[in-house]
Amino acid sequence: MYKTKPLDHLILILGCLLMVTPVVVAFMTSTHEAAEIHSKGLMLSWGNHFEETYTSALTKKGGFTGEVTGARMLLNSFILGIGFALGKIVLSMLAAYAIVYFRFRFATLSFWVIFTTLLLPLEVRIVPSYQVMSNLHLLNSYTGLIVPLLASATGTFYFRQFFMSVPDELLEAARIDGAGPFRFFIDILLPISRTMIAAIFIIMFVYGWNQYLWPMLMTTDEGFYTLMRGIKSILQVWIGSQIPDYNEAFALAVLAVLPPVMLVVIFQRWFIKGLTESDK
Amino acid sequence: MKRVQFSSPTLPYLLLAPQLAVIFVFFYWPSVQAVQSSFYIEDPFGFGSTFVGFANYSDAIFSSQYLKIAEFTTVFTALVTFFALSIGLLLAIKADAVIRGASAYKTLLISVYAIAPPVAGLIGMMFFDQHIGPFVKIAGYLGWDMKVGLNYFDTAFAMVFVSVWKQIPYNFIFFLSGLQGIPVSVREAALIDCRNGLKRFFTVILPLLAPTAFFLLVINVTYSLFDTFAVIDVMVKDKAANNPITLVYKVYLDGFRGNDIGGSSAQSVILMIVVFVLTILQFRFIERRVHYN
Repeated sequence: MYKTKPLDHLILILGCLLMVTPVVVAFMTSTHEAAEIHSKGLMLSWGNHFEETYTSALTKKGGFTGEVTGARMLLNSFILGIGFALGKIVLSMLAAYAIVYFRFRFATLSFWVIFTTLLLPLEVRIVPSYQVMSNLHLLNSYTGLIVPLLASATGTFYFRQFFMSVPDELLEAARIDGAGPFRFFIDILLPISRTMIAAIFIIMFVYGWNQYLWPMLMTTDEGFYTLMRGIKSILQVWIGSQIPDYNEAFALAVLAVLPPVMLVVIFQRWFIKGLTESDK
Repeated sequence: MKRVQFSSPTLPYLLLAPQLAVIFVFFYWPSVQAVQSSFYIEDPFGFGSTFVGFANYSDAIFSSQYLKIAEFTTVFTALVTFFALSIGLLLAIKADAVIRGASAYKTLLISVYAIAPPVAGLIGMMFFDQHIGPFVKIAGYLGWDMKVGLNYFDTAFAMVFVSVWKQIPYNFIFFLSGLQGIPVSVREAALIDCRNGLKRFFTVILPLLAPTAFFLLVINVTYSLFDTFAVIDVMVKDKAANNPITLVYKVYLDGFRGNDIGGSSAQSVILMIVVFVLTILQFRFIERRVHYN
């Protein structure tokens, strides 16, 4: 077989350093004081100001109105991430169930109507989307933040692929035993989809949590700011201030990174399986 | 399709209703509006709009500024795609080859996947900061007076760097799973036939990996075109003045900062066509990949 060479390890170590160092430096620097960072640059050592910086980043009231705290933004990010992931799973499982397991007249048409949405990312239709939201009076609301993001077929596509791979014999057996569509869905399909649901939850949570452009347009009321939106306003405040709050900016970045990264690292196997298998 | 299916007059429609409702309101309606308003010039103060035919399109396509941005977008996309793919592939090959520490390397390389583009942009900004950025200092030692945010080339460099960094884990995951899908028997047969590792890679492994690579190519192009929005926004901070921006960023600037709804919509439609072509390529390829397996 192939023998590992030291060069392989060297390349991998360099790769890991390239990927991980910036995040570690961001965390370490966030534990120092702003003035110290300003004079000495980025840090790789522990700075002993961890508690102060993070308490202040979470509780200090900022923004133009002086109302929004880091904790509030953290909460909003969780609401967006979890709400989006759950909404996506419910909508797309139902739709995929209908498409795969039912014979009905507009099946093919529905399929194409749904899958056309894969063609156009939100970024290319932001202006009209914004106008629609403003017509519906959904600006500055959790509904407006979450529901429009659900208008894409990624989840439906994943579940469709998965349902197609479920053996036909299961449905045949269930029907012989007298199971109707509800019974079959709840007692058979749902239990065997558990891993798939978990994988999609992780992928979608990360996607929702990381949304930037949409929350930026939808929320002018700072009570609805997510962490990603907060990062934008931090940078805007920077211009003109004498010593920027480097430490708090980094602290906010670390807070914004931690939940999705933890989720991906802990549930690595499900996540990778979901990501790579469903794209076929 | 399944051999056995339920049939019910109403149930499938009920199941589809929520998804279809969301799609119609938040996808089809805005898309139709985009096409419609691309043919009008809207009064900036909201007093009606005038039909202008294809004027918005020709204004966009024939303006030298738009062409310059299109050119930058092309170069940017090519660079990000090339580097993100090749570094991802290199790391995947090595992670597939080693045995000791394989899972530690894997975890470390994957962890950055979940970092949001704006956070990547923020961290990148710090590393390229005039006062505290180590990259600027290193460049200084090499005699490169780097001014990210002021100098066109330097800003572009930082954007490419950060965008590549953010995308490596994604490519790594897919290449690694593609490599691990290659049967051991094939590799062993190749090893017996050919001692040269590099040649073996190009004649056996790479062709088997081609479907994954092509899929990733499309994904990476889409990523460079659209998902890098946040990186760019964080780096240029709304001041596009002398900074490089991509076409999507211009759609946003014209629509929300410049209040030119018609022009912005026309640019949206142009981008829609680009994405449409890309996706058709992808679908055609997916068919081919099924044959491969």
